[in-house]
Amino acid sequence: MKAVGVPFVKKDAMALVTGKPVYTNDLAPKECLIVKLLRSPHANAMIREIKTDVAMRVPGIEAIYTWKDVPQHRFTTAGQTWPEPSPYDRLILDQHVRFVGDPVAIIAGENEACVERAMKMIKVKYEVLPAVLDPEEALDGPVLVHPEDSWKALCPVGADNKRNLCAQAEDGNGDVEKVLAECDVVVEHTYHVRAAQQAMMETFQTVCFMDMYGRLNVMSSTQIVYHVRRIVSNALGIPKSKIRAFKPRIGGGFGAKQSAVCEVYPAFVTWKTGKPSKIVFTREESQIASSPRHDMAVTVRMGADKEGNIRAIDLYTLSNTGAYGEHGPTTVGLSGHKAIPLYGSAEAYRFRYDVVYTNRMSAGAYRGYGATQGIFAVETSVNELAEKLGMDPMEIRMKNMVKEGQFMPAYYGETANSCALDKCLARVKEMSGWDEKYPRKVMPDGKIRSVGVALAMQGSCISNVDVGSATIKLGEDGVYNMSIAAADMGTGCDTILAQMAAECLDCDLDDIAVSGADTDTSPYDSGSYASSTTYVTGMAVTRASEELKKRIVRQAAKMLKCEVDEVDFDGHIARSDKTGEEVTLAAIGAGAMCGSDIALQVTESHSSPVSPPPYMAGAVEIELDPETGHVEILDYYAVVDCGTVINPNLARVQAEGGIVQGIGMTLYENIQYTEKGQLLNNSFMQYKIPTRMDMGNLHVEFESSYEPTGPFGAKSIGEIVINTPAPALTHAIANATGLWFRELPITSEQIAMGIMENEN
Amino acid sequence: MQISLTLNGKKITEEIADDLLLIDFVRNHGCYSVKRGCETSNCGLCTVFLDEKPVLSCSVLAARADGHKVDTLEGLQEEAEEFGSFIAGQGAEQCGFCNPGMIMNAIALFRENPDPSDDEIREYLAGNLCRCSGYEGQLRGIHDFLEYKRKGGAR
Repeated sequence: MKAVGVPFVKKDAMALVTGKPVYTNDLAPKECLIVKLLRSPHANAMIREIKTDVAMRVPGIEAIYTWKDVPQHRFTTAGQTWPEPSPYDRLILDQHVRFVGDPVAIIAGENEACVERAMKMIKVKYEVLPAVLDPEEALDGPVLVHPEDSWKALCPVGADNKRNLCAQAEDGNGDVEKVLAECDVVVEHTYHVRAAQQAMMETFQTVCFMDMYGRLNVMSSTQIVYHVRRIVSNALGIPKSKIRAFKPRIGGGFGAKQSAVCEVYPAFVTWKTGKPSKIVFTREESQIASSPRHDMAVTVRMGADKEGNIRAIDLYTLSNTGAYGEHGPTTVGLSGHKAIPLYGSAEAYRFRYDVVYTNRMSAGAYRGYGATQGIFAVETSVNELAEKLGMDPMEIRMKNMVKEGQFMPAYYGETANSCALDKCLARVKEMSGWDEKYPRKVMPDGKIRSVGVALAMQGSCISNVDVGSATIKLGEDGVYNMSIAAADMGTGCDTILAQMAAECLDCDLDDIAVSGADTDTSPYDSGSYASSTTYVTGMAVTRASEELKKRIVRQAAKMLKCEVDEVDFDGHIARSDKTGEEVTLAAIGAGAMCGSDIALQVTESHSSPVSPPPYMAGAVEIELDPETGHVEILDYYAVVDCGTVINPNLARVQAEGGIVQGIGMTLYENIQYTEKGQLLNNSFMQYKIPTRMDMGNLHVEFESSYEPTGPFGAKSIGEIVINTPAPALTHAIANATGLWFRELPITSEQIAMGIMENEN
Repeated sequence: MQISLTLNGKKITEEIADDLLLIDFVRNHGCYSVKRGCETSNCGLCTVFLDEKPVLSCSVLAARADGHKVDTLEGLQEEAEEFGSFIAGQGAEQCGFCNPGMIMNAIALFRENPDPSDDEIREYLAGNLCRCSGYEGQLRGIHDFLEYKRKGGAR
């Protein structure tokens, strides 16, 4: 292959490294209303009075809106295919504020200073209500987060707002209780992952303006232009045809921008005033009022026989969706369905969950999407089980893990048609020098070196739901334009999708110009999430390319005055087998623009009935200082099976970036609420993401299986890569200290205190 | 108040608000490479040169730049392209939002220390956060760049 599998430089790379103005806030019109939000200081309160008259008199203020000014039908900001599983539980502004940071008023003015000044002059009287902050107390508790009757669930997800329930379900296979009772060894623990923040470097931002047709234009840093169009339509109560949503370059997303966190506010301002407006969240707002990971407590009961055969897995997840239900009913599913199937040979499994509302910030979609939480629990359980059995944790995995061709009852009844997990683990074992290093070695200075291991899986789309599309057309100079609505948020999808098109069309990568995502001009795509872009949109690209090629040949046959099957097309020149006459691709492109009825433009869509999992094995070596509890990561070894690797450089960097985010979530990134429901970790001072001093050396390799339903055999890479650090590091820390930490993050302080308590 | 400074080689005299930050001043002058990533002076995205020394422009009042020389990536395009192509060569630019600040600081590092060790690189750039790349690809890009420099600028 000439284009697939080649480490091409990203198409936008040079613009990015030279600092060109390509992001939302760089492209905002100069004369643009500044939009800011007054936010609730209370975790649960009713607004009894709100006075804006004095604030309105601040020079430069254009408008101030309160709950009385906005449409009264509820919507969700979750970027999901309609009908969204997330309940319709939001208003643009609500009389009932449900977390510290919930918007109370929208202020728009000609500059930041006047908006800030006016914000301080808005007088609000709150009736402060008792709040429910603890998810354990939420279900059927006395405090209701959504008592209102206008709350609505579109899908049967087991939701009941009068019970603080956002979703509830149970499924299984076999008799878990019976098999567990027969097991020689059972481990049972609860593992807790907090609501970690994506912390992409570009905060949430949106610019809105009216165009010459009187339509609302929404330029936003978003992964989901089509969903944004629907969400803004729902929120403002205006037709979708009146809205255009598009994205420029995005400064990172990781799922954060799979919710319309900030779009509706400037959209409302511009729709009301007719003037351009923009909102740029501060880092503090991005920390306290956004769309982080779902806080989940995952309880695992895992049983095995003496030989280490895992016989049953029982998993219960209590997920905290916060004040609103964005992605609540769906993230939780992955905590079981994308963790339990790693051990597909178990005779029985059961998976139950409750997703509850609390008076904390709403959660959303964060890379891994629930699988991260489930895999932390299941993989740590396996490591604890191995310890209890006195087995090598590599061996217990080799014995039990999912293998190619295996039916996976817990994975929507799909079969693992492409799976090189066994090779991934064998290679990680070798790379990490496991046999020499496991479990620990005490160094002469008293520090302890130890290792830990974990497996991971994810999906490659939402099966039967996600739609990817591509439009490809030929120009008269023999180059192609490709239009997509998948969102390149730094991942490089513009480039890897063009690589696929170039491969199919036998042309250079430079001959494919990519544009998008824009609801006015790009073909429909559900957006870049659920690890779907390579797998789903990639298939649409290959199909559009193949269909376009047929049309090129038809046009060539017409020009060469021969039959279609007599044309030999090599990507640059079409030749008649009969006469030997030739036309160039440029001539074909030009030919279609003069007296032709053959459109050299093709749109294809794709959706998949299956979601083939990528797989991964990760191992870490740490050096732990028992005096201080400090964990230094020495080396991280990871081997990924994402099917065929389309661009080795970009795939590797995806893996490295995901691993470091996983390290951050495990060791540093804390989420701490006060008893009044204020989030303490509201800046990069209190929320410590890893620096380049904190991640050790990363060693990433690929062991590719071939996925028959994916483009060129590819699966996905974007999300799976965040899933191994939490269990692998927890394991390494346990191997160093003998202590199992089952709640993230595992801070140095906790380790040091744990060691001290253990010694006493 | 009125200030005069040299921004990317161009003399500017302007009436400004006393509390205007340097980051907002340079962005108002079209230097959009300078990004805001936090309000707490610890992401490195807004790095500019003040008299050739890297500073966080979110933590410097524009008034402090009065009579001084300010450079942003807009004024260092050749160096940005030369070095940046090695970051791009690894796919490590990713979303790109942190790149200008990191590249400014890397240029400062290479000017100070043309042959830094890995530890020196990590330490010098520790204040430049990146959420996408995991840093390893940036380090590979820096290695490639230093190798290219050692060979006298030949690829």
